[in-house]
Amino acid sequence: MASGIKDKVVILGMGCSKFGERWDASPADLMSEAFEEGLADAGIDKNQIEMAWFGAGIDAYNVGSSAMPLSIALRLPNIPVTKVENMCATGTEAFRGAVYAVASGACDIALALGVEKLKDVGYGGLPQRTRGVENDMYWPNLSAPGAFAQLASGYRAKHGVDKADLKRAMAHISVKSHANGAKNPKAHLQREITEEQAINAPYIAEPIGLFDCCGVSDGAACAIVCTPEIARALGKADLVSVKALQLAASNGEEGGFSKWDGSYLKTTRIAAQRAYDEAGIRNPRAEVSMTEVHDCFSITELVTMEDLQLSDEGQAVRDVLNGDFDANGRIPCQIDGGLKCFGHPIGASGMRMIYENYLQFYGRAGDRQLKDPRLALNHNLGGFPHQNICSISIIGRYE
Amino acid sequence: MSGITAYGAYIPRTRLLKSAIADANDWFDASLRGLAKGERSVCNWDEDTITMAVEAGQDCLSVLDAGSVNALYLASTTLPFLDRQNSVVVSQALNLGDHLRTMDVAASQRAATSALITMLESGAAAKGNALLLASEHRRSKCGSRAEMLWGDGAAAVAVGNEDVIAEYLGSETYVTDFVDHYRGEDSTLDYEWEERWIRDEGFMKSVPLAVNRLLEKTGVKASEIAHFVLATDQGRTPAAVAKAIGIAADAVADNHIGNLGVTGVAHPILLLTEVLEKARAGDLILLTGFGQGTDAVLLRATDAIAARRPKTGFSGALARRREDANYNRFLSFNNLVDREVGKRGELDKQSYLAAMYRRKDLLTGFIGGKCRSCGTVQIPKEKYCVNPECGGLDSQDDHPMSAVKGRVMTWTADRLTFDWNPPAYFGLVEFEGGGRLMMDFTEVEPGTMDTGVEVSVHFRIRQFDNQRGFRKYFWKATPAQQ
Repeated sequence: MASGIKDKVVILGMGCSKFGERWDASPADLMSEAFEEGLADAGIDKNQIEMAWFGAGIDAYNVGSSAMPLSIALRLPNIPVTKVENMCATGTEAFRGAVYAVASGACDIALALGVEKLKDVGYGGLPQRTRGVENDMYWPNLSAPGAFAQLASGYRAKHGVDKADLKRAMAHISVKSHANGAKNPKAHLQREITEEQAINAPYIAEPIGLFDCCGVSDGAACAIVCTPEIARALGKADLVSVKALQLAASNGEEGGFSKWDGSYLKTTRIAAQRAYDEAGIRNPRAEVSMTEVHDCFSITELVTMEDLQLSDEGQAVRDVLNGDFDANGRIPCQIDGGLKCFGHPIGASGMRMIYENYLQFYGRAGDRQLKDPRLALNHNLGGFPHQNICSISIIGRYE
Repeated sequence: MSGITAYGAYIPRTRLLKSAIADANDWFDASLRGLAKGERSVCNWDEDTITMAVEAGQDCLSVLDAGSVNALYLASTTLPFLDRQNSVVVSQALNLGDHLRTMDVAASQRAATSALITMLESGAAAKGNALLLASEHRRSKCGSRAEMLWGDGAAAVAVGNEDVIAEYLGSETYVTDFVDHYRGEDSTLDYEWEERWIRDEGFMKSVPLAVNRLLEKTGVKASEIAHFVLATDQGRTPAAVAKAIGIAADAVADNHIGNLGVTGVAHPILLLTEVLEKARAGDLILLTGFGQGTDAVLLRATDAIAARRPKTGFSGALARRREDANYNRFLSFNNLVDREVGKRGELDKQSYLAAMYRRKDLLTGFIGGKCRSCGTVQIPKEKYCVNPECGGLDSQDDHPMSAVKGRVMTWTADRLTFDWNPPAYFGLVEFEGGGRLMMDFTEVEPGTMDTGVEVSVHFRIRQFDNQRGFRKYFWKATPAQQ
């Protein structure tokens, strides 16, 4: 029986660029911005990094393929660099690679960096792109909101939720995240919105309206990881360690076999249980201090609360409206503003979430600082509700 | 006895109000106002000659065993491909197998009647049935008379020796190079000559010549004709021709100019399907086709006619309608304006022909798989069975699903993605008996979509690759009650 990743690797330093419509910043500029912050935070020299993992999601509109864009942008000293792509889980995948390298003993210090330059495309939303030669022949030409809006129809049918009630809960989620993002200088969107605004905004993909959608931004984030022993040797105190890293990939069953009902994310449920097991968490509601979940759309966040076992099945609408996941609720969600306010530079998002965990654990989260967080859960979801990649990381104090 | 054994019809659901055409154009040509009565059928953006032919063929196959079809002829002057046999696409969408004769017949408004005569005369259907599909989607100039008077549609008739509903009595053709209109290889729109000349020198001379030869040959008197089909966009001409021949006025078939429009090559066959719906045993039916001369075919309804009605038929197809008063949308769907489609519409739509061929059973036939080990139905058919309890390798037999109804599980109306008629409706469809697929929907009326709605699937255009002059087809779901 494998022992899992818990407490084998700690975070030595992290960096995160300002997210936003960074018209004047190239991908290399964004990478450098995150990297310089992370390097200074780690207190090491660039040459001490032995291996690197590079996350970038959409090759055609970003930096191109392979690990070279990272190696060249940062002038890394010809170390092994691996490029990873796994849809919206890409950032977390880069982190996973670096963490596993350290845990295996293959290297002492590893870098994970994710970047995405979305705003060179020339229009709003994620870039329209090919889904592969065969898939393009018969898949609907669905946009990301079009894919995730379907969760709402499945959820309503399963739980008999009224359209207006669900929309109100969705609006609450966005209002909450905007309120959090307004306190975050690195967020793209830093202004509060009202429930009326969210409810009355035009449809993007029914029932998802404009304010149910996350922003679309440029950004980069990075983590430098090592073993607890090395971190201590380098003089780092109050360590933050990796408690769990899990991934679940759909195998076509939800979209092709008559079982799944369209109201939840099968992969999230599987990855969450595995992550809780790996981290030794028996009662997530009591033990998890904060979550950063994949709020690409408000409905995704709502359903995810149930899939992470933080709400009872069918009760997320009630819990959301009750404020359970607000900044002052029982388990704050998106305390940094989430994808909602940061936007979703695909390669960077997973590590942007961990960056917020890291700031919270070190008490560096400014106006949005939570009181004594112990365990943070991060969740990414790439693809569509009926077939997707789910990644979950749990980060906590090393004790 | 040989003759017609089955028939079917398809008319696009959308009916453009002719007043909308006049509203947009009478500033230029005031005479259009006088033609602006009623409505005309209009292809949705994802319909063309091929997709309408498939629909008409399916309607015909509702009373005809697909296994009996040994030939398929597709007649049209608006075939989407000039070099790629369109009838093969249709035959594969109809799942008619790989052992049949196929042919495209084109280049004249009497293409369909000429094909029908050839089928009836050649004895091609000595065994089994030959299927004729006539389908037309003509474009016309903005603000033209043609735009007012034409429509889009398709019809099917099967020819064979068993279960004959209209016995073949004989045919005649009069040939002359009468150019009432033409369309050259480099143009997409017709050029027409004067209406009055076409009537006097064309219809009034050509049709009686062919018909009288046929009546003489078969020994039938004009007054005995119970149904006379003459397709034309000239409202009064059929009656005038009938009178000249001696056919009773009440035998003249309505051209439905005011509630359908003249559907080109398809029109004689489409009108014939209406006649077959109404005809009583023993009725004599005279079908003509006009274009560089005249085809004339004489048929007699048999006792079997009442029993072999297709599922939809002409009256069903005509009744299934939705009004549209948006002339601009009609222009856009017919590529008559240079519409801003946004950058999302610019995505390269290359068709990878080798991959398309590999996937043709799915793409054209909507054929899924049924697992021999566990019985699970799935679409697409893949290497391993999708049932997690089974996972059988190469365990699936072909399982055609184009006739299987489904229900919507999840859906949305997407306004972000590119679509020719936004919002783009799509969702997860669960099929009766198993199998589910995330697929495009088409022709969804606003406010009618929900989880649980019953859908049927239809062969439609999925994408145009305008850069390379190609179009891709796939199946889409439509609410079954519409």
